[in-house]
Amino acid sequence: MNSNKSTECNIICRLWEKLKKPSLRYSLGALLAVGFVAGIIFWGGFNTAMEMTNTEEFCISCHEMRDNVYEEYKQTIHYTNRTGVRATCPDCHVPKEWQHKIVRKIKASNELLHKALGTIDTREKFEAKRLELAGNVWKAMKKTDSRECRNCHDFEFMDFGEQGRRAVSQHSTALDEDKTCIDCHKGIAHELPDMHSIDPTGVIGSN
Amino acid sequence: MINKLSIIASITLGVLAVTTSLQTHSAEVESLRGASELDRNSSAPEHKRYAKDGRPIARDYVQQPPLIPHKIDNYRINLKSNKCLSCHSWKNYREAGATKISQTHFEDRDKHVLANVSARRYFCTQCHVPQVNAPALVENEFEPITAISGE
Ligand code: HEC
Ligand code: HEC
Ligand code: HEC
Ligand code: HEC
Ligand code: HEC
Ligand code: HEC
Repeated sequence: MNSNKSTECNIICRLWEKLKKPSLRYSLGALLAVGFVAGIIFWGGFNTAMEMTNTEEFCISCHEMRDNVYEEYKQTIHYTNRTGVRATCPDCHVPKEWQHKIVRKIKASNELLHKALGTIDTREKFEAKRLELAGNVWKAMKKTDSRECRNCHDFEFMDFGEQGRRAVSQHSTALDEDKTCIDCHKGIAHELPDMHSIDPTGVIGSN
Repeated sequence: MINKLSIIASITLGVLAVTTSLQTHSAEVESLRGASELDRNSSAPEHKRYAKDGRPIARDYVQQPPLIPHKIDNYRINLKSNKCLSCHSWKNYREAGATKISQTHFEDRDKHVLANVSARRYFCTQCHVPQVNAPALVENEFEPITAISGE
């Protein structure tokens, strides 16, 4: 009866037989099962960690973020507006797609290092480094064609009839000129760094 | 003694006269916001909204700082950056399609021309203001100069 069955055994059943055999002490199947469960737990935990670190509360748990950029952002349209729809820190700073998100998270470990070093732990130190930090964000946004802005705003769905005169004239030519949101909308959520080196005609003082 | 008494009497009379005249006056004087008791909150006026972006607004007299024909909500002007100049400076005006600041904005108070916008012209909203559509608070008979308003 046994032999009878094994002759009928197809590929799947043979694989099953293999899996039932002990590898050393445990069957390969059991190992796989354990691995599967561990994977779920790990992935779940990983995702939960990703989600937990993807909230505004998390970002402003560091005073470096809370006392500077957060306070300024509270004065702007993305924090308070007519409709009450908000954009939070991760909306603008953390990509939605997981592969980009992981890259951003790995970069973020740099922030932990500088937290420990106290690189920007006073307003003065923060202002001194601000141009560099803002520059990093501008560069990243330029490279992604302001992907995070476009997650919410899309030229295609903008009703130019509803927009202001200046917005219409700029938006309708922006695409042809290879411009992206951040080229024209710097400082949309925070105060700007000292802009002398970016545009000397835009700030007071002789150069 | 008589001297002292007369001094006191004239002071009291004077004070009385002043307070009564003040009282009659305070009934006549009314602020533009309307009369309201000092110890009470006046009712908040209706919130006015700035107009949408529009065409430049005609000027009414020579040397008038032109009115701002667009919204300026959240435009920051401080020592680190000046949002207005990001469109109105001589370097940026073409791309922004804006009017460039005039030569006078480069002059210091002794009429020396500087290489960059002058400190006395840096805080733009000291002189340039956006408009809301509201009735005049005080009636007036101002007539714009026709030579520049073009009417
Ligand atoms: C552990 C404290 C801490 C937390 C939590 C934190 N940050 Fe930061 N962040 C820092 C420090 C410190 C720096 C400065 C890094 C440096 O000096 O290079 C920084 C820099 C930045 C920069 C500049 C980026 C760059 O490329 O230079 C951005 C943007 C930023 N943080 C956004 C966020 C966002 C969004 C969150 C929440 C998801 C967040 N931060 C959470 C401490 C923190
Ligand atoms: C989470 C969605 C979201 C993201 C991400 C986002 N925005 Fe917005 N944005 C909004 C909302 C909501 C408003 C307010 C709309 C309203 O009520 O008028 C707004 C308003 C604006 C305005 C209008 C400002 C004004 O004064 O009228 C600009 C400009 C703007 N966003 C640019 C950007 C740029 C640039 C980025 C990327 C750096 C960005 N937004 C990212 C949701 C978002
Ligand atoms: C070539 C410059 C330029 C580019 C590129 C540009 N904008 Fe604008 N945008 C403007 C100007 C100028 C205004 C009007 C002035 C202002 O709001 O400060 C404006 C206004 C807006 C407004 C408010 C519209 C209104 O009238 O209420 C939104 C929202 C906005 N932009 C979003 C975006 C987004 C999102 C992108 C990228 C997809 C983008 N802009 C790219 C120049 C630009
Ligand atoms: C509407 C999109 C938007 C939101 C929301 C937003 N940021 Fe930013 N952030 C930017 C942009 C754009 C820059 C680049 C500098 C600039 O243009 O102001 C920036 C720059 C920064 C910097 C670099 C330093 C600087 O000031 O330039 C830090 C740190 C930062 N953001 C943290 C945060 C934190 C924390 C929050 C939430 C409280 C937040 N951001 C919310 C768009 C946003
Ligand atoms: C996003 C670009 C932009 C910004 C920022 C901006 N403006 Fe303008 N401004 C314009 C444009 C474009 C016009 C011309 C409008 C037209 O011709 O349709 C204009 C027109 C004006 C005029 C009228 C000029 C005239 O000849 O009548 C004044 C005054 C003015 N702006 C002042 C300001 C001030 C003050 C600020 C800062 C609080 C400011 N603007 C910020 C783009 C801008
Ligand atoms: C002390 C008052 C004052 C300040 C501050 C000031 N302006 Fe003016 N502005 C004027 C006057 C007066 C005129 C008209 C006569 C002239 O051109 O000098 C004018 C004219 C202009 C014009 C029209 C120029 C033209 O060719 O018709 C623009 C645009 C302008 N100002 C923008 C600005 C901007 C942007 C700032 C801030 C950087 C600013 N102004 C600061 C008083 C001021």
